[in-house]
Parts: sequence; C-alpha cells; structure tokens
Amino acid sequence: MNIDSIQNGYVIDHIQAGNAMVIYNALKLNELDCQVAIISNAKSHKTGKKDIIKIDKNIKLDLEKLGFLDPNVTVNIVKNSQVIEKKKLALPEKIVNVAKCKNPRCITSEERDLDQIFILTDRENGVYRCKYCESSLK
Amino acid sequence: MKHLIDIQDFSAQEIDELIKVANDIIANPKKYSEKCNGKKLATLFFEPSTRTRLSFEAAMLELGGNVLGFSESSSSSVSKGESVSDTIRVVGCYSDIIAMRHPKEGAPLVASLKSTVPIINAGDGGHNHPTQTLTDLLTISREKGRLDHMTIGLCGDLKFGRTVHSLINAMSRYPGIKFVLISPEELKIPDYVKTNVLDKLQIEYCETKDIETYLPELDILYMTRVQRERFFNEADYIRLKDYYVLTKAKLENAKKDLAILHPLPRVNEIHTDVDEDPRAKYFEQALCGKYIRMALILKMLGIK
Repeated sequence: MNIDSIQNGYVIDHIQAGNAMVIYNALKLNELDCQVAIISNAKSHKTGKKDIIKIDKNIKLDLEKLGFLDPNVTVNIVKNSQVIEKKKLALPEKIVNVAKCKNPRCITSEERDLDQIFILTDRENGVYRCKYCESSLK
Repeated sequence: MKHLIDIQDFSAQEIDELIKVANDIIANPKKYSEKCNGKKLATLFFEPSTRTRLSFEAAMLELGGNVLGFSESSSSSVSKGESVSDTIRVVGCYSDIIAMRHPKEGAPLVASLKSTVPIINAGDGGHNHPTQTLTDLLTISREKGRLDHMTIGLCGDLKFGRTVHSLINAMSRYPGIKFVLISPEELKIPDYVKTNVLDKLQIEYCETKDIETYLPELDILYMTRVQRERFFNEADYIRLKDYYVLTKAKLENAKKDLAILHPLPRVNEIHTDVDEDPRAKYFEQALCGKYIRMALILKMLGIK
C-alpha cells in the first residue's frame, strides 16, 4: 500500500493500534482542508502493530491533548519532505478542557465558563484528578 | 493573599501556631476582644448549617468585628442564577474576609481564584471542611497534650464524611499515627484518600466493619453521622443510618483516657447515655471550634 510522503506537516507515529480514529476525532482533523492519511494496523517492531496519522499541513497541533490521549506516540515534524524534529510525548502535568468531570457534585457541573482542568496526580498509573473536586478521571 | 481551601494549604508549623493562638485566646479572652474592630466577616452559606455558621459569627463578634451574609442559597442572588465567581466579587466589595459553604465540591477554590479578600472554605459538598479539622486538631491537642503517636478510630460515613478526609490529611503529617477506619462496605473511605495520603505517606491503617474489636486500642474515637443529604437514594440512607450506635455499654472495654469526638450534629450514632461519660468530648469540641476560628480569622486578616 502506497501513501504519498508529505511535504510539510506531521507524522504521528507509534499510535496504539485502534486508537487512530480516537485521536483523529479528538484533534478535529476532519475539519482540516489538507490531506490526512490514517494508517491502521501498520507493522511495528516494538508492538507488532500500530496506527499512524499523516497530516500534510503545518497546523497548530495540540500536543497536550495528544499526549493525554496516547503518551507513547512520536510526532515527526516534516519540513520540505524532511523530518526535522522527532518529539516524544508523555502524559501532560495538566489538561485543560480535554475531558469533563463526571462527578455530579463538582462545581464544574454548575459554574458557567469554568475551564475543566485535570491534574496528573499519579504518573505511574496515569491518574488525573479534577482540580476542583479531586475526583479521578476514568 | 492567603486562602484556606484545603487543610493542606497550611503547614504543620502554621497549624501549631494557630493552636497556640487559640489556647492563648481561651486563657486571655479579653486581650482579643477588640482585635477586629471595624472588620467585617461575610458568611456565605449556600447550604444550611447551624454550628459552623454560628461559630464563625460568634468568633468574629468575640473579636470585636461584625458579620453579614446569608444562611441558605434561596435567600441569595444564587436563586437568580448568579455564578459563584460573581457573588464572591460582589461580596468582596462589602467585607474583609469571607467564610463560605457550598454544596458543590470545589466551589471555594473557584471563589478563591476571583476573590479580592481571603476565602475560608466552611465546607464544600463531601469534599473538604478544613475549619472542622482545625477544630478537631485543637480538641485532640487539648485532650491529649500532643498530636503525634496515637491510634485514631474513624467511624461511620467515611465516604461522604468530608471531616474525616480532612482529618486524615492533617493527622498524617504527625509521626506515629495509626488509623482504624470503621465503616459499612458502602461507606468506605474513597480510594483517592488511601492512595494519595495513607499509602503515599506509608501511614499504618486498617479497614473494618467491626467497631467493638478495635475499640480497646483507640486513643481517639471520631464518630460521624451518615448524611442524608449526600445520598441520591433514600432507601440506601435508611438502610445505613443506624449502622453504628455507640452506647455506654460498648465503651466498657475502651481506654480510660479515650476521647470521643463528633463533628455534630449527631442523629443516633452516639446514644445520649454516653454524654455523661468523661470521655465524651464532642461538646468541648464544639467550643474549640469557636476559638480556633478566632485564631484563624486573625491569621487570615494579618492581625497579631
């Protein structure tokens, strides 16, 4: 299967197999007017199979959200058909307006215009807690 | 500007200092009777409470200050749909310090982000209640002469009981503390308290449904009420509300110097026949609540 190389943009590599569409939707890549390729179940030396997303445009990529969705991805930044930088992502310390607190007693369920903020409280187990009520994000 | 949202906002040293000031107020009340002349405390109670609000108001009045506020959200602008942020900005124009209780967890933190005056969290849902914890610490310190090396039994609603969560947070900072967590299965302590505090700080604890087995080991027994307002299902509340009832007979094997505490109000969890037992300290605890809030108001206003 051939997929054209991109000129300027990103290759999001090492996405956990099956996770590409989650990332595609969360980053709203469907709203872009450029070429976006989703490769599912590509061969991977490390994990057997992986997903890849290629974006042929130098957009503002939300790395915080991407790191939260899949901390093991690598983001290759491509300029003039060359990879000029490889970014390894990790779980961000804080995520803002990425997820909603599900605790019905939380102030975020009532207060207008309040950012939904989760803080990483346990990196080892990937636990985020609501900044306001401390409920964990499941 | 300093706010008190979570007991962790204060270091152990700051808490020790507050206890010292509270003890001095108890010993020399006259010395403090005009410290807050011309200052106003706003008590914003978006959820009804008798003792917490009255103890804040009594504390400010005994310091020579004035109080204003509301005791339920239906008598405030919230009933018109005003946000917490807006209410706080407005009340900050009329007062020097705000004590607020709110049914939504995290509301005082939201308030503190917008406030121009110090905010004291007087309870937010089932989350935190730091001034009750300060009250508990003052009481324990006065009863035991120390805050370290003791076994503390926490009994009843450990899931929604915010006073329990805050007390565990605070006492875990002192050496030699062991907790016995006594509750029915449905009201066990939340996992985040165990992982974030007890396990993280390697505090010794055990969980049990059985109060009588562990009672002889305890230096402090902290009873709590099963709170009707935290249940979505009335049937669950009715099933669990009388799970523990402490009676004089049950206390036979307890230590002679046990101190029985309760944040009050109680319903049935402590029988009135315990009230005359010298180990019952919950009414002294309520009085300590006023003194520690006096010390707190002075600290937050920067008054020596």
